[in-house]
Amino acid sequence: MTGARPRVDGPAKVTGAARYAAEWRAADLRHAALVTSPVPAATITAVDTSAAERVPGVVAVFTHHNAPRLRPPVGAPYGGRLPLQDNRVHYEGEPVAVVVAERLEQAREAVGLVRLDYAPLSAETDFRAVADTAVPTPPARWGPADTTVGDLAAGIAEADVVLRAEYSTAARHHSPIETSATQAEWRDGVLTLRDATQGVFNVHAVVSSALDLPADRVRVLAEYTGGGFGSKGYVWPHQVIAAMLARELGGALRLVLTRAQSFTSHGYQPPTRQRLVLAATAEGRFTAIRHDSLSPTSTYGEYVEMTANGSRVAYACPAITTTHRVAPVATVLPTPMRAPHEGPGMFALEVAVDEVACELGIDPLELRLRNHAEVDPTSGKPFSTKGLLACYAEGARRFGWADRPRATGSLREGDQLIGWGMATAVMATMRFPAAARARLHADGRVVVEAGCQEIGTGTYTIMPQLAAEVLGCPPEQVVLRLGDTALPRTGMTAGSSTTLSVGSAVTAAAEALAARLALLATGDPTAAVRLDGIELTVKNGAVEVFRLDELFARLGVDSVAAGGSWEPRENQRSMHTFGAVFAEVAVDVDLPVPRVRRLVAVYSAGRIVNPLTARGQMTGGLVWGIGQALLEKSTTDHRLGRFVDKNLAGYRLPVNADVPDLDVAFVEEYDPHASGIGARGIGELGSVGVAPAIANAVHHATGKRVRSLPIALEDLL
Amino acid sequence: MKPFAYRRATDARSAVATVAADPDAAFLAGGTNLVDHLKLGVACPSLLVDVSDLAADLVEHLPDGGLRIGAGTRNSDLAAHPVVRAHYPLLSEALLSGASGQLRNAATTAGNLLQRTRCGYFRDATAPCNKREPGSGCPAVAGHNRHHAILGASPDCVATHPSDLAAAMVALDATAVVLGPDGERRVPIGGLYRLPGDDPTRDTVLAHGELITAVELPAPFGGRARYRKVRDRASFAFALVSVAAAVRMHDGVVEDLRLVFGGLAHRPWRAAHAEDALRGSAPTEVALRAAADAELLDARTLSGNGFKVPLARNTLVSVLRELTDGAAEPEDDA
Ligand SMILES: Cc1cc2nc3c(=O)[nH]c(=O)nc-3n(C[C@H](O)[C@H](O)[C@H](O)COP(=O)(O)OP(=O)(O)OC[C@H]3O[C@@H](n4cnc5c(N)ncnc54)[C@H](O)[C@@H]3O)c2cc1C
Ligand code: SF4
Repeated sequence: MTGARPRVDGPAKVTGAARYAAEWRAADLRHAALVTSPVPAATITAVDTSAAERVPGVVAVFTHHNAPRLRPPVGAPYGGRLPLQDNRVHYEGEPVAVVVAERLEQAREAVGLVRLDYAPLSAETDFRAVADTAVPTPPARWGPADTTVGDLAAGIAEADVVLRAEYSTAARHHSPIETSATQAEWRDGVLTLRDATQGVFNVHAVVSSALDLPADRVRVLAEYTGGGFGSKGYVWPHQVIAAMLARELGGALRLVLTRAQSFTSHGYQPPTRQRLVLAATAEGRFTAIRHDSLSPTSTYGEYVEMTANGSRVAYACPAITTTHRVAPVATVLPTPMRAPHEGPGMFALEVAVDEVACELGIDPLELRLRNHAEVDPTSGKPFSTKGLLACYAEGARRFGWADRPRATGSLREGDQLIGWGMATAVMATMRFPAAARARLHADGRVVVEAGCQEIGTGTYTIMPQLAAEVLGCPPEQVVLRLGDTALPRTGMTAGSSTTLSVGSAVTAAAEALAARLALLATGDPTAAVRLDGIELTVKNGAVEVFRLDELFARLGVDSVAAGGSWEPRENQRSMHTFGAVFAEVAVDVDLPVPRVRRLVAVYSAGRIVNPLTARGQMTGGLVWGIGQALLEKSTTDHRLGRFVDKNLAGYRLPVNADVPDLDVAFVEEYDPHASGIGARGIGELGSVGVAPAIANAVHHATGKRVRSLPIALEDLL
Repeated sequence: MKPFAYRRATDARSAVATVAADPDAAFLAGGTNLVDHLKLGVACPSLLVDVSDLAADLVEHLPDGGLRIGAGTRNSDLAAHPVVRAHYPLLSEALLSGASGQLRNAATTAGNLLQRTRCGYFRDATAPCNKREPGSGCPAVAGHNRHHAILGASPDCVATHPSDLAAAMVALDATAVVLGPDGERRVPIGGLYRLPGDDPTRDTVLAHGELITAVELPAPFGGRARYRKVRDRASFAFALVSVAAAVRMHDGVVEDLRLVFGGLAHRPWRAAHAEDALRGSAPTEVALRAAADAELLDARTLSGNGFKVPLARNTLVSVLRELTDGAAEPEDDA
């Protein structure tokens, strides 16, 4: 049954029994190591691999001279350039050679001996420096680049207060604990990949098309993925390299990225520059919102950080204009990172709302209530469900918001300036088609199969809960098999879409299985069935109890299976998740390092299938938000054209001591429109709205308005 | 990473002889810094001589009331040692403010003192860096330098020394016992570290093959002491600025004091000007600020580290305020 259920994969992960991509053994395993470009743009003029080839154990060294030829990949987002196909370099960290050796140490040693000469080309890594080359972006997969409703000029003219401000967010890296890794095996004309991925079918599409292999000769597996946060969603060159060289050399080959390589190999959250115009009447009614976003893309591909998406739906306002522009820079392609789009975007909007509240002398929560959107203000559609008002009320109650003094700097404890701030969280709901299969064995085991991924969010735990709910059995009786392109097809585990999409398919499969069992047992597929161990109770007027072993023996089968699928239907509803985030910060008067003292967050996200795993998602999201607000920044040296400090000591993520008491709650809700199980997505939502709540609290504490992230001590000194 | 030989030392003398005779050899202690450098290609020794097994793991009293700390004593053990906690709390405080529990369990006293800068360019083997590759340039001067030096830097290198322990050791007036091929010598920790000048490759005055065997502390300074570290993260982060301070008061006047900054220079920075300004005076707010300003008069900032000047001043003043504990009459904010 659904409800609080601890992670079933916890013990396997804690004891090391859970196997990740780089942990599979093979008798003939070889190791690949990448040589990456130290310059951001260049032509490779000379290559000398002779010293590297002489290192004992080295099997081969590949460069653009001798690497197998590839075809342009199709069928899934690919974030890189095709590796080792030409002598051009488009970003620092781009793979330019690969060493394969019997042992990893040998490969690493040889990497240091590959000689490449570069003729550097001019390169810009600072998107602000090339802002004038920015282009309006064609409609992206997340919606149109630009939108307009209403008359912006009229809205501004009629306002009593018009805020015009520029906000910025930093480049950030996903930094999951498992660095990306691919183990590729070529045997008997079949390529098998064990990959650290958020989307086995994406990898399958890219690899089979790039290598020009028939779909049925490629299989991609991912039993566990050690976190992704978006970095393992798109497919990247290292996966293609592992596949291409396994086929070239035969046998098994493992490629594990180093931590430093993980800063240049699979995208990053681009920095953003956001210009906001927010106009309001003296009574606090918004009359115009304009949100113009600029962010970098790469010189070879396009990624658009849709930061103004949230501004399209967040508040009732007669005139809303949003634009997105991207400027090409010489880095790897940016990519979605928890939380994409609304994550950086709601920072700008929600700080702007706070600024207007201060200007008008209206409580920031009250101002938001006055502009609550009953329908999507840009599309005009009703929301599927929206419990934001309840989030505000419950969050304010838990936090004690009513006691907040209006004046900045008015809460103080000794040398600590205390501040309270809040923000709204909005996140678009992503959905994808999914299929699943459920099979009941004679011993009572139910095996549910779906080709999705477990990236640390609890998929192994909740899919059995959903199937068990339909079959009426304890969830322990159900196991999930996932992470395999031989299983029913699903989308990638990204955009907070797995529970609602795969969960709907699993529920459909379990329902189909129940119907089949009812039919086989009584001839009536509509009879209600309940499974408990090996006893199947069928209620069809009368109640009949069957033993599975006897029933299956009588039917002459070992097991009974059924499939189900789900797809998002075109729908006349606007689908978003919502939340209200409240923050308390403390800032020392003399040594003003901002510290978060507590966070309260209440969410409206449809049905919550498992409150434990859901709470884990939201607390993790809040921690991400603390990082975004106060710590995370990938500094780029624009003279060298590279990220500096490519390690977890230099790239600062929050540690336990930075994370205070986190109070998370959900509004009771069932969304009949978004999915087959009443759920919307939650994973990204948790990290939206945190940074602006913290920034607004910092302002309340210190009177300093910081419009760029992360907020550092030097902003407050 | 290149292949290397590994040898476990059985006695200090032969360890020194082995390393001194081979320019490509290095001592290995806890390995928490050196092994990182091997993996990053920042250091490529052909021979590692492991000195962490030498009978160096001890803390013993000296006849003059001081303390002798074996070079191999682990950071956690030293921080938890009852004598250290009772009589040199500054040392415990500094150690516990550094790294993480796991790292402190492995890291040794000498290894900590001799850890190398955290400058991001130094640690990126494909970037130019005068400290790693003489003559290749210093990209930090015009690049990312938020963590870099504001005191005692040179155009060739603006790196800071990262050790918390080192700053505390300088404030405690500790001395390193050093064994070289020609015998033993004693180097005050205050004189151990170099400024970069035109040779940033050398962090200390030690010659290749010289082994720190122990660190000796004089009898406790008395008075009150404090290690205060300012960092972006609440834990597990290097200092932006730190202050190791010890103050002895008498009749409302500072009788004697030791002030050392961490995070500001290529070496722990003894704030001698500030000490001179305060010794013999009443620690009023005005006097504390004047002393800090006197020390920071020569500060030279870079594009990204200007904040360190006010931060260093505020940190010093706030620590001194705490240590002199109301001996100064309250003043208006000036
Ligand atoms: C993520 C991270 C965070 C950290 N945070 C902090 C922090 O906040 N504050 C802080 O102070 N430190 C911090 N550290 C650094 C840590 O304190 C050092 O890595 C550690 O103290 C080094 O000790 P070790 O014994 O492991 O030295 P090793 O790595 O073994 O050696 C370091 C150097 O000392 C030399 N050496 C070792 N012993 C001797 C000897 N007896 N005589 C001569 N030479 C010798 C070695 O040849 C090498 O050059 C951090 C480290 C990491 C990895
Ligand atoms: S500051 Fe020193 S260590 Fe850093 S890059 Fe410059 S020379 Fe190298």
